[in-house]
Amino acid sequence: MIYWELFLAFFIPNIIGYGGGPAIIPLIEAEVVGRYGWMTAQTFAETLALGNALPSPIATKMAGYVGYEVAGIGGAFIAVAATVIPTLLLMLGALGLLYRHRDSPRVKRMSQWVRPVIAMMMAWLTLGFLLESLDSSGMVHTLIIGIAAAIALIRFKTHPAFVVMGALIYGGFFLG
Amino acid sequence: MKPTAVSWQLFWAFFRIGIFGFGGGPAMIPLVRAEVVTRHRWLTDEEFADVLAIGNTLPGPIATKMPGYIGYRVGGITGCIAAVIAIIVPMIVAMIVMLGIFSRYRDVAWIRGMGQAVVPVVMVMMAQLTWDFFDKSKASLGWLISIAMATIAAGLIYWLGIHPGWVIGAILVAALLRPTGNKKAEGAA
Repeated sequence: MIYWELFLAFFIPNIIGYGGGPAIIPLIEAEVVGRYGWMTAQTFAETLALGNALPSPIATKMAGYVGYEVAGIGGAFIAVAATVIPTLLLMLGALGLLYRHRDSPRVKRMSQWVRPVIAMMMAWLTLGFLLESLDSSGMVHTLIIGIAAAIALIRFKTHPAFVVMGALIYGGFFLG
Repeated sequence: MKPTAVSWQLFWAFFRIGIFGFGGGPAMIPLVRAEVVTRHRWLTDEEFADVLAIGNTLPGPIATKMPGYIGYRVGGITGCIAAVIAIIVPMIVAMIVMLGIFSRYRDVAWIRGMGQAVVPVVMVMMAQLTWDFFDKSKASLGWLISIAMATIAAGLIYWLGIHPGWVIGAILVAALLRPTGNKKAEGAA
């Protein structure tokens, strides 16, 4: 039963998530935190922070870790398989069909029309992280870290790994 | 060349891509191109562009569709498995080990403080993604339609509690089935 739930929790976001790995994050959060309650917003944020600091695709890192947390090695395997295999099989099986339609306006429209919904879910998730942080660290620390991270990431294009590391050091000293 | 040799080459090529590919799937595409087209010449530039275009017609992460397809094409089923495992498994193991150590010491106050401090960082990253997706949406649909779609979807998902899968599924079906009003482009496609 838990394996079936894990499969669905990762199969659905990946089969509807147009826009690559990042587009899938809010959809996975809706399943993992919202629907099944396997993780709190805090642990999901920690997982996402480490995921963004490490290389390789984000969708499979999230699937592997959440699957392992929920149901061990078997769970990790199921969640990763649900992420990778369905669309890969479609690609290998329907290559000719997809090749003919790769420039079709309808296919382009699919990712275009989904984008505002994904953007809205991302905004919702951003708000969720803000409320979570206000609740656990308070307004002052949330503002200091948030503004410093924004300046580092947007203005100076600092690598996410260094920004996460900076936050860890700050948290170790001032939030302990 | 023996099939096992090809599979090992695929493994190491995608292992390197996985290790150096920071910034998620779409950011890794130039690295994939460097290995697959420039270094190993498994695909020509044109073939690579086609594979990328085909991958983008499907949902799901691009960074696993490309290794899977290229691995299959170069080295059959074994090549496919070797390429996919090489790009995803190392960092999944890293995640499990690092977060495992972290959760073991969650009771220690300064460790918990570290966990709390990353939440605003993730918030900023998610805000950046939100802006990026909304900006692209504005460019293709205009801001009025983008905001209208986002508002309606928010009402359906968060107010009425409809699963996002149904909302996005319905949009995908509509995008696929609704006439485009551009017969020439459709005929060519």
